[in-house]
Amino acid sequence: MEKWRISRHIVKRSSTSLFKSLLSTNFEKSINTSGSTYKSGRNCNPYVEHYFQCQKRHFQTCCHPLRDYTGNLHASKATNLEHICRIQYKSFGSVATQIQRNPSFSTLNSDDVDHFKKILGEKNVIQDEDRLLTANVDWMGKYKGSSKLLLQPRSTEEVSQILKYCNTRCLAVVPQGGNTGLVGGSVPVFDEVIINVGSMNHIISFDEVSGILVCEAGCILENLDSFLVNHGFMMPLDLGAKGSCQIGGNVSTNAGGLHFVRYGSLHGNVLGLEAVLANGTVLDMLGTLRKDNTGYDLKQLFIGSEGSLGIATKVSILTSPKPSSKNLAFLACKDYLSCQKLLQEAKRKLGEILSAFEFLDSQSMELVLTHLEGVRNPLPPSIYEFYVLIETRGTDESYDKEKLEAFLLRSMEGGLIADGVVAQDINQASSFWRIREGLSEALVKAGAVYKYDLSLPIEKMYSIVEEMRLRLGQSEKVLGYGHLGDGNLHLNISRPNYDDSVLAKIEPFVYEWTSKHRGSISAEHGLGLMKANEIHYSKSPQTVQVMASIKKLLDPNGILNPYKVLPHNILYPEA
Amino acid sequence: MKIMVAVKRVVDYAVKIRVKPDKSGVETSNVKMSMNPFCEIALEEALRIKEAGLASEVIAVSMGPAQCVDTLRTGLAMGADRAIHVDSPATLYPLSVAKLLKALVDVEKPGLLILGKQAIDDDCNQTGQMVAGLLKWPQGTFASKVVLDKEKQVATVEREVDGGLETLCLDLPAVITTDLRLNQPRYATLPNIMKAKSKVIKKVTSKELNVEIKSDLEVVEVHEPPKRKAGVMVSSVDELIDKLKNEAHVI
Repeated sequence: MEKWRISRHIVKRSSTSLFKSLLSTNFEKSINTSGSTYKSGRNCNPYVEHYFQCQKRHFQTCCHPLRDYTGNLHASKATNLEHICRIQYKSFGSVATQIQRNPSFSTLNSDDVDHFKKILGEKNVIQDEDRLLTANVDWMGKYKGSSKLLLQPRSTEEVSQILKYCNTRCLAVVPQGGNTGLVGGSVPVFDEVIINVGSMNHIISFDEVSGILVCEAGCILENLDSFLVNHGFMMPLDLGAKGSCQIGGNVSTNAGGLHFVRYGSLHGNVLGLEAVLANGTVLDMLGTLRKDNTGYDLKQLFIGSEGSLGIATKVSILTSPKPSSKNLAFLACKDYLSCQKLLQEAKRKLGEILSAFEFLDSQSMELVLTHLEGVRNPLPPSIYEFYVLIETRGTDESYDKEKLEAFLLRSMEGGLIADGVVAQDINQASSFWRIREGLSEALVKAGAVYKYDLSLPIEKMYSIVEEMRLRLGQSEKVLGYGHLGDGNLHLNISRPNYDDSVLAKIEPFVYEWTSKHRGSISAEHGLGLMKANEIHYSKSPQTVQVMASIKKLLDPNGILNPYKVLPHNILYPEA
Repeated sequence: MKIMVAVKRVVDYAVKIRVKPDKSGVETSNVKMSMNPFCEIALEEALRIKEAGLASEVIAVSMGPAQCVDTLRTGLAMGADRAIHVDSPATLYPLSVAKLLKALVDVEKPGLLILGKQAIDDDCNQTGQMVAGLLKWPQGTFASKVVLDKEKQVATVEREVDGGLETLCLDLPAVITTDLRLNQPRYATLPNIMKAKSKVIKKVTSKELNVEIKSDLEVVEVHEPPKRKAGVMVSSVDELIDKLKNEAHVI
């Protein structure tokens, strides 16, 4: 906590100067007396009305908690000011990330540690500073928690015992897998106990006839794929993080990936799940049946719940036969309209063999060429406005290649493609994929990145990138790339360092824009911590209320991955 | 001056190969096949020489079953002008390939014959040297740099040898085999793929070339290398020293 004191002063100063003219004196007083805490909201509906009213106010471009502040000023009650605790700031010191540690959670003590050691054994209870450091920081280095304990259970039974204990003791926990999430959902916010399922990495069974794989949640995606390759099968999802991400995490975040356009969502591919609830109950939903219409399909709740409803311990997933022929084309288009038309044509002409359709713009290409090693421009010497990656997978190599080449040549004659290359062997294909898959990595290497993952109607998708460029000016690098085939844009703003004034121009403009076009503010990355308070941009208040009820039902003490996914004012209403 | 480039269709470099259950060879059915990486580099060098104006035509040659045509198509898509496919259903070993290449060279009369230094399936590293011997042409193998002088009709070749780099000056016509660091092969662009559709692939047989293909090598058995034993975790330095001394006998 001490580490953040310096940033807190800066924040206090900047926040007070920012709002001096705008806010009532009450607000300032409460900032100074309570040490810049804020109270969480109460009942949803009146709050939401306040919320939307606040949108219209002048300071709407600034951080959310302060917006909450002004909205709730009138309803401010003494009870909440009593719950003053430590303040957590994100490592880049943004004002927008002011959260208060929920005081109803207990603090870890040595009895707890001893109890865990009894359950797991000495080796799997980690208090070592260095190992805790990696577990406390997310992949982008953007979110940092201060957990003092990392647990590594090796079986569902151990997870159950840990959670049962934590529930009775009211200790908050963070389920963690590969820690490759991009919205801060996999790391603690304060001192939550980290439960890392990485040691549960056994493959339980695989049926070669049906292609159904049953494995533990800690299996790394790439390892599962390697195992399946030997049997002639493949995982239905593929993402850049495959070397580190674990299947439990993939399922909990309903990961999309590069082959979504062909194999669909995990909601369809996951046939069964074993999850442990907050009170230690093991829910065995580990079916291996394609069709099972007996009662409510509970596992769907857990898929995409980001660890807030239960910890996934085993997954049963439908895999597909590995297609023997893969073809990849890396194409250049001169404008976004051509990309859209190309997608239409590809879906029509390539049909069943189309397995991936990705796009990236010229700024993305330039960034990758600058920051990634061993990457070269497939279409030298110029940088085109847009690049499209089309992958086909099928069973007959020469037939697929002919089909793809015929399609490409016709599209080129039709003016949709400016230029393009077709990979002639697996190495060339990997190097083209590296350009698209390495974008996240290149962005992290380039410095600070503001990352947004939006689902938008395809015609409008690139407009947000252009508008953001106008809004932020020439000096900021705004990149647009993503899964064009699924209508999923990854909007990234890359800068040498984080800067709150830039953030203020980006948020909430990007969310409002998305909401206006009826898009999703998180297509596949999830809400995590980053967008925990933004769900209203994409979901109605009533649906959010039902979500909160479900959360309350399955996790009454709220110990599973607190402060994330659902808005704080709903998760922690005043009693 | 014409340049002839020999290319081979092999199992793709990135594929995990498996040995056939009867141990007669490597599993090649249902496995991705591509142009040998060293042959790609050879073709790229030929194309660069042509683009520099020092050659008029690049001819790609491949020998084997009908599917070799796919590899030749890739060569044409990279920029070769025409291709020759020597149809031979039987497996060809380096000496046979060298004899066939000599016959083709006698017909086409190129000024330069460029090959990859070795094929990644058999790792023989023999064809280039053998064909140079049969033709009685000078050879520059493991080339990492090639500079052509048209007037003097010489090629200066920098070779990667065990001790470092050796520079040779070869009178043309000559045989050059290429090594990894010579260049980075280009990708097959769509316009070139389009042009390749109209380029000619001529088919010949060994009989037409008056070459008798004898199998002078016979593969007796192919088996996988012994599996690596799992590592052993030791719990202390003393145990490590004990193991090094008494089990591994290295200290």
